[in-house]
Amino acid sequence: MLAAVLVYPVFADSYSVGNSAYLLAWVFMALGLCLLWGYAGMLSFGQTFFFGIGGYSYGVLAINFGGGGMTFVALVLALAFAAIAAVILGYFMIWGRIGGVFFGIVTLSATLVLAFFLGQTAGPEWRIGSARLNGFNGMKGMDPLCIPWFGGSQIYFEGTYLYYLVVALLVIVYLGLRMLVNSRFGNVMVAIREDPQRAELLGYDVRKYQLITFVIGSVLAGLSGAIYTSWGQFIAPSSIGLPAAAMPIVWVAFSGRSDLTSVLVGAFFILYVFQMITVESQQAALVLMGAMMLATVLVAPQGFVLGITRWIGRFASRRKTAAEKA
Amino acid sequence: MAEFLKATAVAKTFGGLAAISGVDLSVEEGEIHCLIGPNGAGKSTFFKLIVGTYAPTAGTIAFRGENITGMQPSARVRRGMSIKMQTPSVFKELPVRQNIEIALQHHVAKAELAREEDRLLELLNLSADATKLAGTLAHGQQQWLEIGMALALKPSLLLMDEPTAGMSTEETYRTGELIKSLNAQGMTVLVVEHDMAFIRQIAQRVTVLHFGKVFARGTIGEIIADPRVAEIYLGKTHVA
Repeated sequence: MLAAVLVYPVFADSYSVGNSAYLLAWVFMALGLCLLWGYAGMLSFGQTFFFGIGGYSYGVLAINFGGGGMTFVALVLALAFAAIAAVILGYFMIWGRIGGVFFGIVTLSATLVLAFFLGQTAGPEWRIGSARLNGFNGMKGMDPLCIPWFGGSQIYFEGTYLYYLVVALLVIVYLGLRMLVNSRFGNVMVAIREDPQRAELLGYDVRKYQLITFVIGSVLAGLSGAIYTSWGQFIAPSSIGLPAAAMPIVWVAFSGRSDLTSVLVGAFFILYVFQMITVESQQAALVLMGAMMLATVLVAPQGFVLGITRWIGRFASRRKTAAEKA
Repeated sequence: MAEFLKATAVAKTFGGLAAISGVDLSVEEGEIHCLIGPNGAGKSTFFKLIVGTYAPTAGTIAFRGENITGMQPSARVRRGMSIKMQTPSVFKELPVRQNIEIALQHHVAKAELAREEDRLLELLNLSADATKLAGTLAHGQQQWLEIGMALALKPSLLLMDEPTAGMSTEETYRTGELIKSLNAQGMTVLVVEHDMAFIRQIAQRVTVLHFGKVFARGTIGEIIADPRVAEIYLGKTHVA
């Protein structure tokens, strides 16, 4: 599968490659939510909050740093800001023993506050250095990610370059998360999801594990935001508000929240379908998302992609057993 | 024997209700100490104060000479306590082996994890059920699994709240024998119970709670012979 992903730009036109990079950029956020919700039991509606922190931070810093090679410094600092925001928000929620549905409510509230706040920053006074926030119209004018090259030239990460950068980051993040969930830390994460009190009584400081998990999941959303901003050289509050905040929940629920691979594949698939339908009608695409969420809850609570994968696995196993008997 | 666990003038009120008032308890190193009392005596509340899931309204709790009154349960566990709750508290959606692994991984090196898991599963008679989800086990087996998880921590003090609830007579007896063998190996045990046959089987010293206060304390023989305890607790015919 990775080989197919790597050779894809050879056969596809440049628009499709750039568009695939855009679609893949969102998958980090979905993987982050998968970790938070599926593995650690924390249903966060705050993924677009951190998407916004990452995206706006990248934009403000890239503009103020003057672009060029400093855009990668802006990327790293944007992730650091997302991490700091996650530590602050997570600390108050987790140490305040906010759990279950209230975790979702508080993270959603933070998301809506940030979207509302950024929406009213249209005036010229809302600027950070030379970066204007521009309210609902969104911030623009930041350079895409770029590295200096030999002979004084620069390589901008757009089109195929961005595609390969995003794929490389996705492979690193995916493998890193797989290692994490299969580690001792991952064992404690699922233990906390199952029964936080029992985990506490086994000597684990549940709050610390939850905070670390929350920061990892949120920084991944920040990474999505920064890459998205670099891709389009633009970010607006509409990427943060309520409709946007609900999207990661649908991607992850539909895919199968308890499996990183299902979310990796499923989120990309849904984003692709969503975009295809959005070209015709955005309302129809949103209605489809709602219908998919309902179908997931009613028919396949563990997720469709995961369910289908397991069904295929069982079917193949039965076929193999039958063949061995014969 | 050194004073291992010491509660001094511990009180807990819920609103206007005094569930525990002025309770002193001293558990010595290497003993099996039972905390008994009729329904509503405050046994489980007091247990939760020791464990740390409740914070006392007044009084102090010390473990191995260290004041642990305001400590998180996890910090108490890391100091050598291990806890078995009243209702089976296992990770129901995870396999039995993973339940044990989560408890063991604290202090067992990765290379030795599988061997230690096998040893505990055998001790708990759960080897054949290692791959089953913990929630699919029978009630008594879940109790044993939780005891196994508590033992996996290699505690110096084992705290058990009604460990035999829902167990068959045979399972109850085996649990008693397990506790006695652990105690013989040097583990201090504090058990909250109301099953007098089980208490007779294991107890060395007993504290009786009644209406949130210490009503009597002594050896198991003294407590059984105390007519006041018989009167408030199970009725003379049961204790005599």
